[in-house]
Amino acid sequence: MEKGGEVIKLIGTHSSPFVLRVKIALNLKNVPFEFLIEYLPYKKTQLLLDSNPVHKKVPVLLHDGRAICESLIILEYIDETWASCGAPILPSDPYDRAIARFWAAYIDEKLFPPFRAILTTEGEEQKAKVGEVVAALEMLEEGFGKCNKGGKFFGGQTIGLVDLVLGSLVSWMSVMDGLAETQLLDPNKIPMLAAWAEDFCEVPAVKEVLPEIAKLVEVGKGIQARERAAAAAASSASVTAIGDPTVSS
Amino acid sequence: METGRGDEVKLIGMWASPFVLRVKVALNLKGVHYESLEEDLPFGKSQLLLDSNPVHKKVPVLLHNGKPICESLIILEYIDEVWASAGAPAILPSDPYDRATARFWAAYVDEKIFASMKGALITESDEKRKALVESTLVGLGSMEEALDRRSKGGKFFGGESIGFLDLALGSLVGWLRVMGKACGMNFLDPDRTPRLAGWAESFCEADPIKDVLPDTDKLVEFRKTLQAAMEAASAAAAAAATPATPSTS
Repeated sequence: MEKGGEVIKLIGTHSSPFVLRVKIALNLKNVPFEFLIEYLPYKKTQLLLDSNPVHKKVPVLLHDGRAICESLIILEYIDETWASCGAPILPSDPYDRAIARFWAAYIDEKLFPPFRAILTTEGEEQKAKVGEVVAALEMLEEGFGKCNKGGKFFGGQTIGLVDLVLGSLVSWMSVMDGLAETQLLDPNKIPMLAAWAEDFCEVPAVKEVLPEIAKLVEVGKGIQARERAAAAAASSASVTAIGDPTVSS
Repeated sequence: METGRGDEVKLIGMWASPFVLRVKVALNLKGVHYESLEEDLPFGKSQLLLDSNPVHKKVPVLLHNGKPICESLIILEYIDEVWASAGAPAILPSDPYDRATARFWAAYVDEKIFASMKGALITESDEKRKALVESTLVGLGSMEEALDRRSKGGKFFGGESIGFLDLALGSLVGWLRVMGKACGMNFLDPDRTPRLAGWAESFCEADPIKDVLPDTDKLVEFRKTLQAAMEAASAAAAAAATPATPSTS
């Protein structure tokens, strides 16, 4: 049930997994919202800069003009504000809530950085990053076994916080698999998570907003190209510096 | 003053850790009696710590009736939820937007201020230290603005009583003083950040804090111990990495 006359907007991009989490959460709660697209990294709108002056990042949720930033914080805000709509995102028991928050933080701090770095590294360095991601997923496989209480999701019978946080990366995992020749959700290594990922993507509130893999591949290739160009520019600048007798090392 | 029926509360910690301090103060605020288990960091980690926090192997860990809760900000939320009653003050506000704001700034304290401060204390490069000191000051400047912008009055970020953000930032005051001594400056200078300087004094004098706040001189000594341990560790690592000179046959 939405409260009458509320204005809800989400500033984001189509490719950001952090934005995707929030889209799914709003969908789960049946909260209609206006999606304001940013064309990152080329340009940031004045609205984004005004709404998130500290980090200048997406997602930003605007609720009746007030800005809420940082995806995990937005998810808790949505759960608290629309508590009577749909299933809860966080469990009710304080210990279970602490565990959910723990794994959500783990995913963002330990899994996401090497995961993102798969796009900006090559060769042995990339292999090492893939290794870190696989190790984190194996840790989460164990975590899943302890959280799911017999259900299909981290949240049990329904999608919860950890499902949203990890689930928002599943589409990008297919992209990474293609670019780095891996199989991150390997059913032989992490059978529970492999099954979970399929179940997650089938949930209607998720299916409706999952990005197209082909479009993510384009975004991924764009990131790779920019990284290579930056690396090339940096190394030619340092070569120039070494060769130039007027520049001191 | 409640502990709950037959509650057993233990805190695995270390006297110099600001993250542990947050939890001690929170438990004090709620009037919860707990057993303090001191780790001998950086020299060793107890089996209890390794078993209770296998993922991160860090303090603090709260053990409530044997169940471990890890990560200081997550522990604070747990404490607030478990020991919520008319007698004990709330650590987080009740309004979802105010909660999001408190969580946002607490995350900022950890990601921006603590990270810069730690980096500045550890780095051997003068240039890097300068940049990290500057980054810490920028972060504190943002907190001054945040304190200024609060609509509700009171000595603390949480209003009249100590709240989530007070605990997050207040726990760093001791180490900011250590850094101040190392750099020859006052990080909580009333000329630069008048509100924050006043807030820091109020925080350190408040009842739940003053008995558990570590002495700044002891922290300075501890920092020397840490530096010596780090130097010994890197010397050992360098010696291990140096290949043995092959003998000529």
